[in-house]
Amino acid sequence: MLEKKRMFITGNEAVAWAAIAAKADALFGYPITPQTEVMQYWTKYAPKYNKLFLQTEDELSAGYYTLGAVMTGKRAFTSTSGPGNVLMQEPMSMAEMMRIPIVFVIQQRGGPSTATVIYGQQETTLTAFGGNGEGFRVVYSTASHQELFDYTIKSFNTAWKYRFPTYVLGDGYQGKMRESLMVYDPEEEGIEFVAPYSLAGRARTDGFKHYRNTYNTEEELYDILQAHIKDYDAMTPKVVEWDTRWCEDADTVVISHGIVSRSCLAACTLFQSEGQKVGYFRPITIRPFPVKEIREAVQKAKQVILFESAQGQLYKMLTEALYGLSVPIKSILRPGLGITTEEVYRETSNLLSRKG
Amino acid sequence: MQDVKVGEFFQPAFPSSWLETTKPHNFCPGCGHGIVLKCLGQAIDELNIADKVVYGCDIGCCLLSWNFFNTDCIQTHHGRTTPFIAGAKRATPEIVGIAYMGDGGGYAIGSQHLVNAAIRNEKITIILVNNANYAMTGGQMAPTTLPGQITETSPYGKEIEHSGPPILGPEMVAAISQEGAYVARGTMSNVKQLTKFIRKGLENQIAGRGLSFIEALSSCPTNWRTNAEQTWKFVEKDMASYFKVGEIKVPGTKEANNANHT
Repeated sequence: MLEKKRMFITGNEAVAWAAIAAKADALFGYPITPQTEVMQYWTKYAPKYNKLFLQTEDELSAGYYTLGAVMTGKRAFTSTSGPGNVLMQEPMSMAEMMRIPIVFVIQQRGGPSTATVIYGQQETTLTAFGGNGEGFRVVYSTASHQELFDYTIKSFNTAWKYRFPTYVLGDGYQGKMRESLMVYDPEEEGIEFVAPYSLAGRARTDGFKHYRNTYNTEEELYDILQAHIKDYDAMTPKVVEWDTRWCEDADTVVISHGIVSRSCLAACTLFQSEGQKVGYFRPITIRPFPVKEIREAVQKAKQVILFESAQGQLYKMLTEALYGLSVPIKSILRPGLGITTEEVYRETSNLLSRKG
Repeated sequence: MQDVKVGEFFQPAFPSSWLETTKPHNFCPGCGHGIVLKCLGQAIDELNIADKVVYGCDIGCCLLSWNFFNTDCIQTHHGRTTPFIAGAKRATPEIVGIAYMGDGGGYAIGSQHLVNAAIRNEKITIILVNNANYAMTGGQMAPTTLPGQITETSPYGKEIEHSGPPILGPEMVAAISQEGAYVARGTMSNVKQLTKFIRKGLENQIAGRGLSFIEALSSCPTNWRTNAEQTWKFVEKDMASYFKVGEIKVPGTKEANNANHT
């Protein structure tokens, strides 16, 4: 039972507390900056809360240990970043094909390669569409410590309800920074848990089960994928999340995701106080993408301005979502760089003065 | 095992842990997998553990066993069955976790998992089928390919200078694993012994002593391009002269300290 209280902690610690609050049973992980403290805090609290932890030999192993635990009916998760996220695409793709309800926490660092251990939004495409597949994933892109806590809890429910691998996509700023947040017991707050259940290895009434991710013919695979696509499409309206402000009569809509959206929200608030018609839109799920909602938000806009700490990863998702609309998209791309409120305000102001 | 004669009819003596509806199996004629899996099935029957077994199979020919048994079965990725089954076992210790793989999966692409599972003494049973080549992909050189052996990627014979000597997997596992590990090498040419090794490997897991690792020498006439006589000779003579058959590490015995193949 987690006592409701305000804490001033790092995002990685917030994730560990959230997993405990979500009654997660196990974490298998491999150290990589900037997410390592997730497992440090988890293993520190593990004896007190009777949790399972193992530090594995690499991220491949961490992913598969976690999948094994999940299949026997445990809420299990792992966390990683950067090159670890690349290695973990292999177990992730198995989870997609076999509909294994696993949770991943990704704290993005700079890329490509080893790059920086600090920050980036360059794992957006990888996390949403990595692996040799179709992106049958749910990805929540968080912007604050409270959201890291809230969406880590939510991820376990989403995973076990819809049986698609579910992600919390943060970044090194969120993971390493200290910030104030409210921790709580989800059940005390009226959040119902989706109960995990055994897929293999425990006495069940429905007999033994055989699971595979390999198929003999193209048609056999195609039929399986059609079933996954149908389930994914049916799930999409139930899980898709976004935040929109002041878009109804906005001439300009500022779009971003993750921690960049905090700078964008602060800048848009400033524009509102100045009486400028600048709206704000943020996809919270970047997979599935809030296509209908983002098209509605930009309906009356004369321009869209996109900010991201990558060279056009959100931009690709946005252009696909807005296909067929005539609104111009301007993009401010800062791969691996943080984006401040002042920068959003300055860049947006420049584009506002030019648009007339 | 079923009775060989049921009523008036003779029928194949299948282990009762085998799933009959998926037989005859999909392995090539002359392949050793069916024999190794029969030994495993018999060991599962003898210990009466089918309802506790979580059977994981790797990529390669071994994946064809994904629906082989009347037990829970999960087919994983190449080399990754060891961490998958170890994760299941750690999360739910009441299961009997079996990881079934080939030499490529265990000794090449998944070697880091085998090494670390051995060091951690994971309480699972690994059965590794050594047929001296990558069979599913059409007969390429494997870590177990013998010196001079011709494969698709060693068309002039395997050169040790170039590719290294065949890996002695059980000897490696015995050397790096802890007290309580059970390590043996059996062969499809001695099914009674192989069944005994597998049974002991399962019992070792059930007793919670540590990792159990059994390598099984096996045949691949399709890729070896051998007839029955040549196939048998290769398994029984050529392979067995390099890969010594016997128990290598047995908890509570002198084999624990000294790899003297018996």
